[in-house]
Amino acid sequence: MGINLSFDMFMQHLINAVGLGSLYGLIAIGYTMVYGILRLINFAHGDIFMLGAYFVFFATVRYKLPWVLGVLTAVAGATVCGLLVDRIAYRPLRNAPRISALISAIGVSFFIENLSVVVFSGMPRPVVQPPLLMKAFSIGGVRLVPLAILVPAISFAMVAGLLWLVYRTKPGLAMRSISHDIETTRLMGVSVDRIIALTFALGSALAAVAGIMWALRYPRVEPFMGIVPGFKAFIAAVFGGIGSIPGAMLGGLSLGFVEIMSIAFFPRLSGYRDAFAFILLILILLVKPTGLMGEKLEDKI
Amino acid sequence: MSGPDGTSEKNIKTRDGILTAVAAALFAAALWWATKNLDGYKLRIINLIAINAILGLSLNLIYGMTGMFSLGHAGFMAIGAYVSALLILTPEQKTMMWILEPIAPWLLGLHTSFVVSLLAAGLIAAFFGWLVALPVLRLGGDYLGIATLGFSEIIRIFITNLTPITNGSLGLKGIPAHTDIWMSYGCLAVVLVCMVRLMKGNFGNVLRAVRDDEIAAQTMGIDTFRTRVLAFSLGCFGGGLGGALMGNLITTIDPKMFMITQTYNLLMIVVVGGLGSITGSIVGAVVVTTMLEWLRFVENPVSIGGIDIPGIPGMRMVIFSLLLIIVIIFRREGIMGMREFSWNWFFHERTPGKTVGGGPR
Amino acid sequence: MRRLLLVVFVCLLMTGSAFAADEPIRIGVFNCLTGQNAFGGQLELEGTQLALSEIPEVLGRKIELVVVDNKSDKTEAANAVARLIERDKVNAIIGTYGSALAMAGGEVAETAGVPVMGTSCTNPLVTQNKKYYFRACFIDPFQGSGAAAYAYRTLNFKKAALLIDVANDYSVGLGNFFKQSFISLGGEIVSEMKYNSGDQDFTAQLTEIISKNPDIVFLPAYFAEGAIVLKQARELGAKFRFMGGDAMDNPEIVTLGGDAVEGFLHTTFAYDPSMKDMNPVAQKFTESWKAKYPDKEPNVNAALGYDAFVLVVDAIKRAGSADPDKIRDALESTKDVPTVTGLTTLNATHDAEKELGIVEIKDGKKQFIGTITP
Repeated sequence: MGINLSFDMFMQHLINAVGLGSLYGLIAIGYTMVYGILRLINFAHGDIFMLGAYFVFFATVRYKLPWVLGVLTAVAGATVCGLLVDRIAYRPLRNAPRISALISAIGVSFFIENLSVVVFSGMPRPVVQPPLLMKAFSIGGVRLVPLAILVPAISFAMVAGLLWLVYRTKPGLAMRSISHDIETTRLMGVSVDRIIALTFALGSALAAVAGIMWALRYPRVEPFMGIVPGFKAFIAAVFGGIGSIPGAMLGGLSLGFVEIMSIAFFPRLSGYRDAFAFILLILILLVKPTGLMGEKLEDKI
Repeated sequence: MSGPDGTSEKNIKTRDGILTAVAAALFAAALWWATKNLDGYKLRIINLIAINAILGLSLNLIYGMTGMFSLGHAGFMAIGAYVSALLILTPEQKTMMWILEPIAPWLLGLHTSFVVSLLAAGLIAAFFGWLVALPVLRLGGDYLGIATLGFSEIIRIFITNLTPITNGSLGLKGIPAHTDIWMSYGCLAVVLVCMVRLMKGNFGNVLRAVRDDEIAAQTMGIDTFRTRVLAFSLGCFGGGLGGALMGNLITTIDPKMFMITQTYNLLMIVVVGGLGSITGSIVGAVVVTTMLEWLRFVENPVSIGGIDIPGIPGMRMVIFSLLLIIVIIFRREGIMGMREFSWNWFFHERTPGKTVGGGPR
Repeated sequence: MRRLLLVVFVCLLMTGSAFAADEPIRIGVFNCLTGQNAFGGQLELEGTQLALSEIPEVLGRKIELVVVDNKSDKTEAANAVARLIERDKVNAIIGTYGSALAMAGGEVAETAGVPVMGTSCTNPLVTQNKKYYFRACFIDPFQGSGAAAYAYRTLNFKKAALLIDVANDYSVGLGNFFKQSFISLGGEIVSEMKYNSGDQDFTAQLTEIISKNPDIVFLPAYFAEGAIVLKQARELGAKFRFMGGDAMDNPEIVTLGGDAVEGFLHTTFAYDPSMKDMNPVAQKFTESWKAKYPDKEPNVNAALGYDAFVLVVDAIKRAGSADPDKIRDALESTKDVPTVTGLTTLNATHDAEKELGIVEIKDGKKQFIGTITP
């Protein structure tokens, strides 16, 4: 199995990896924020991502809204859904054993997926890509479409904005405080439920943005489209260090890199692509259980 | 369950023994009646209940009793199902089925009886469980869940790709339908007796100690790591056994049967029944399995007063997931909580039942 | 006057059927109405229901369809068939999209002794050693070798690459049969890439294939995935052509793939609304489809759902009885029955022998190029 990879090909793979990885990272942020605060794996996150993509589909294809409006409605819609999920399925379980909230999360995820099948039908639907974003051009031997640059750019901008919010604003301070000690924060007079709701809203909005960009990059929507990306993004969040926002982005990029490069270097083993991702995950858990950038979190029981 | 003095405790023990024997005999008679009078469809569901109960019990041993959050059960089921199927398929069937790549020669002639294949399925699953446990059981809490989930996926990816051994995504078919009611309930009975014995004995106390306070357990001289590895491997044995029975019930298996959804289903059984409760897992298996089938009616067209209402495909899972959320929110400890069935509890409902298990927090 | 006649006619029909309907003949349908394969199963069910509205009775008895969803899940498929047989006491069964589901359901039907007519389950294993399983479609070895012959001989392509969904039995099977035939014809396979069902990013595999510079890439994918592959290939500047199998045959492929599917070829069953010389059954099917579902394109899955029904009813008619075993015997001697996808004969292995159609996407439309006869 000779490895024979030209520089151009490597660069092409690298561009592909950044495009995929930054999307994973964007979804991973939602997982990481919720986990950081509630120690809850929000299984419904991938489904909020799916809903975001569907809302864009309905806004632009069905109701012919212009793109900007379509994106805004989709983000708003997904945010509302995320808030509803928190309010209905998670908030009543705040003081319950963690497994209860986890099972509730799994139930919500099933519910959204199956309701989507009933409402939207199982048929995959095409998403119209704005032609401007798809005009391919070459730099050296590397093929690019503007979208491939736009996706990471937006992702990084989102992360920057989020970091500002978490580290430079009052609600951000409250969030960080909750993740350290929820009871003390409550005693300090912070409305914990509102801050948690804000976290869900932000995470869901980011998931919707990721869903929209995903739908542009891989232009079709279907009710189960959130499962695999959601799963991968979750790995990315753990890999980067769950609870850390830059870690989620870094984890996403690393995962994209590993997936793409496993094929670039071992084309014969392309069927094992996902196994590479999981093996990497287990390795990092064994060597550094808190992930690349995670802080030590005590199990909050 | 302690009587005022030794003799009456002994009497109660004898009474309980007799009652258990009578109940078992009655249950066997009921099963016999079922095989004679119920149609194959209903029998299939009854059969599935037993298999799900075995799987639920084994997951409960890992999670409920020992407090190790595992999301990897589907992977061990897959190992069990494949081991059993590969051992009982005839060489002729194997040659015919591997249409893409020839089967690995050492595998072709391997042929054993069903019971041996069941044992092998459990043992090999337990062996893989042991292999997985050695590195990952050093992790705690959710990280353990994630790592086991990762292993379960890795197992599935390898089964998908190792065509000469597993026939890849084509799966195996024509597995003889060995799993009849007697086989699955027989296995369930064995598993149940072992579990009850285990949990009532010293090992059960050790498991609970490890779950509830690892440091205290260590201070008392318990090798907590070895205990957890042992409990995990035992649970994987049950997973492999259940997977093998499942394969022999459905008669075809392929890697897609063992996705994460399979683990979720088991988790639901364990949680709906009550974490840490042996009785709970069995109740959970009955409730979840029958509920999934019974809910089919919402997808069938019904006519009320001459008006036809078309069935809505997909509605079943919508309602099922909704029910699940409702159960978790309003009765989060599950149906049984941490309680166990005991004859004492049966006769004097007020007396709190003896707790064999008890859920993790 | 006309309305009066209609009323009288309807009354006559009703009384007529009331006499005949001592006991309806029940045909079970198990197909994937939800889950991953819902898009195919729903189309097939619509085809079967269309056939029922055209042939509502046989042997003077009403036909009743009992529909059960198998959720694209094997356990459910086995349960669904058991339920149809035990509870609903069906005389025969139709289904399903997806070979793995057919295999799981087939085992149950086999032990119970109820005949099943497969719709688009093309894996050879489905009917292997089965007394009661038949199918209205041809099988993948036939399709794969047809595709290879067309690529090698007609299009004169010598270097092919494969992009296979390793987790999908259909894709693995068909891809393998293409590979074997293409090599035995003298062609060369320059790259064999794999992905997993549910993947949406194929850039790494495509970049690798592009570097090997094939003439054609065989892509035995489902249409929704296939369309995305084609889009990504176009973005990455792939110059070669793609070819797929019958699972790419869906009216949505052009909407999903847009410009990127231009020039895409796929093998399929010999029916497409763009066909020049349709057989009478196909004409009738197209017309009644357009009347019943005016906003949906008639499609090949629906045609197979329709054909499966036609074949079962034909067997019941020839058997002169609705007894499952007699239907089975009659099915075995099915010969040259006119169906939407051509004259259907069921061979010794219970597979339909029919022509293989080739479709190319030209100017944003599916064009039926012609058929290859076995």
